[in-house]
Amino acid sequence: MNRNLYDVLGLVAAACFILALKGLSSPKGARRGNIIGAIGATLGTILVFWAPGSAHKHLIPILGAIAFGVIVGVPAARKIQMTQMPQLVALFNGVGGGAAALVATVEYLKLGKSASTAEVLATVFTVVVGCVSFSGSIVTFLKLQELMTTRPVIFPGGRFLIAGTLAGVFASAAWVINSGTTSPLLIMGGLSLLFGVLFVLPVGGADVPIVISLLNAFTGLTVAASGYVLQATLLIVAGTLVGASGTILTRLMAAAMGRSLFGTLFGAFTAKPQASTGVSEARSVKSGSADDVAILLNYSQRVVIVPGFGLAVAQAQHTVRELADLLTSKGIDVAYGIHPVAGRMPGHMNVLLAEANVPYEQLVEMEEVNPTFPQTDVVLVVGANDVVNPAAKTTPGCPIYGMPILDVAHAGNVIFLKRSMRPGFAGIENELLYDPKTTLLFGDAKDSLTKVVSALKAL
Amino acid sequence: MSNGLALLSIFVLSIFIGFEVVAKVSTTLHTPLMSGANAIHGIILVGAIAVANNATSNLQLILSILAVVLATINMVGGFVVTDRMLEMFKGKKREVK
Repeated sequence: MNRNLYDVLGLVAAACFILALKGLSSPKGARRGNIIGAIGATLGTILVFWAPGSAHKHLIPILGAIAFGVIVGVPAARKIQMTQMPQLVALFNGVGGGAAALVATVEYLKLGKSASTAEVLATVFTVVVGCVSFSGSIVTFLKLQELMTTRPVIFPGGRFLIAGTLAGVFASAAWVINSGTTSPLLIMGGLSLLFGVLFVLPVGGADVPIVISLLNAFTGLTVAASGYVLQATLLIVAGTLVGASGTILTRLMAAAMGRSLFGTLFGAFTAKPQASTGVSEARSVKSGSADDVAILLNYSQRVVIVPGFGLAVAQAQHTVRELADLLTSKGIDVAYGIHPVAGRMPGHMNVLLAEANVPYEQLVEMEEVNPTFPQTDVVLVVGANDVVNPAAKTTPGCPIYGMPILDVAHAGNVIFLKRSMRPGFAGIENELLYDPKTTLLFGDAKDSLTKVVSALKAL
Repeated sequence: MSNGLALLSIFVLSIFIGFEVVAKVSTTLHTPLMSGANAIHGIILVGAIAVANNATSNLQLILSILAVVLATINMVGGFVVTDRMLEMFKGKKREVK
C-alpha cells in the first residue's frame, strides 16, 4: 500500500479512538462511542496487513491466532454474568499488558545490538510495566472472583520484600540498558511479574477497582511505548489516550470513594492495626420475619432501597423491582439510594439495575439521597454492607475510613437483608447491625424479598 | 524534525487530548468507560501482527503469535463486554419514555 494512504487511514483509526473516548464519557453517546472505537480498531488491524516495508510472512499462523483469540474472547464477554464483569475487565487488561510486554521483547530480540538507547529504554519500560500490569491484573481477578482472600494481604517484612523487588527491577533494567543482551531482560521480566503480585496483594477488596483502573492506564502507556519502538503512530496515540484518560479516571474513582490514590496504593503499609472484632460476636441483634418487614414497609410513607453486591449475587434485581412497584402502587414513595461504588466498581450497580429495567428516575445518587434520610421511614439494605458502614466515619485506620457512605442511620428504621453476620467485602464489622432501630432478615436476598412481597400482598 | 521527535510530539499532544476528553464523566459511566478504554489498548494487536509478520526466528514467531492471541482477546472481548454494559443503559432509557 502507498505509504501516504497507509498513514492517512492510520490517522482515521486514531481519530476514531478519540471520538470513542469522547462518546463513552456521555450517557447519550456511550454506545455509539464504543462502536466507533471498535471500527477504529478493526481498521487499524486490517491496515497492518498492508503495511509498507513489512515482510508479511507467517500469515496463516497470525490469522489462526486471531481466530483463536476471537473464539476465546467473544464467548467470555457474552456469557459473563454482569456481577462478574469487573474481574473480566481486569483479566482483559492483564492479557493486553502481557501482549505489550511480548511485542516489546520480540522487537528487542530482533533489533539486537542495533537498538538505539531510546528504543531500549522504551522496551525496558514496556516489559516492566506490561509484566506488572499482567500479574497485578491476575491478582485482582483472583480477589474479585473470591478465589483468594479479599482482605489486604500483609505479611511480616512485606514492605522490605516489595522495596527489594523494586530495586531488583531497576538494577536489572540498568543491566539490560548496558549489556543489550537477552538474559537480563528475562530476569527483569520475572522480577516485574513478582512486583505486580506484591504490589496488588496488600490492597483491600474495596479498593480493587481503583487498582484495575490504574493498571488499565499502565497498559495504555506500555502500548504507547511499544508504539515508539515499532514506529507505529497509531499505537502511540491509542496507548497514550488510554494512559492519560485512565489516569484521570483513576483519580475520579478514588475521589468518588473518598480515597486518596496514594492512600489506596500504599495504605496497607501505613494502616494502624484494626480493633479486634472478636468482642462483638456475643452481642445481640434484632432479627425479624418477612411479615414484620412487610408490616413495617406497609405503614411507611417513604422507603429507600440500598442495593449492594449481595443483591446482584442473589440475582434479586427483578424481585426488588417487584417489591418497589408494589410499594409504589400503595402510594409509598420509593427510591433507590445508589452509592457510587455499590457493587464492585463505580457505576456497577447502575448497570445491574438497568438490566432489571428499574426506572431511571428512581435511582438516586448518594449526594442527593443522603439529605432525605431523616424524612425516610424505612431503609431497606439489600446485600450491602460497607457502603452503609458508619465505621467509615467513626473508626480512623479501618480500611474504609474516609469513604463517603449512605447515612442510613438517620432514617426511622433500617432493615438489613443479609445472608449471615459475615462482614462485607472490606472485612469490617458494621456497628449499625447492633443499633436498636435495625432489624435483620436473614436469608438469601431473593428468597427474603419474595417472602416480603407475598406478605405485603396478603396484608 | 527528526522522526523520534515527531513521535514524541504525538505522544505529548495525545496526553492532553486524553485528559480533556474524559474530564467530565459521571460516576455512572466510570465502569463502561474503563472497559472501553481497556478495549482500545487492545490495539497492541497491530503491534503484535507487525512483529509476527517480520519474525526472523522460531522464538520470535512463537512469542509474537502468543501476543496476537492475547491482544485479540483484549480487543475483541473488551469491545463486546462494553457493548453489553451499554446496551442495558439503553434499555433503561426506552423504559422511561
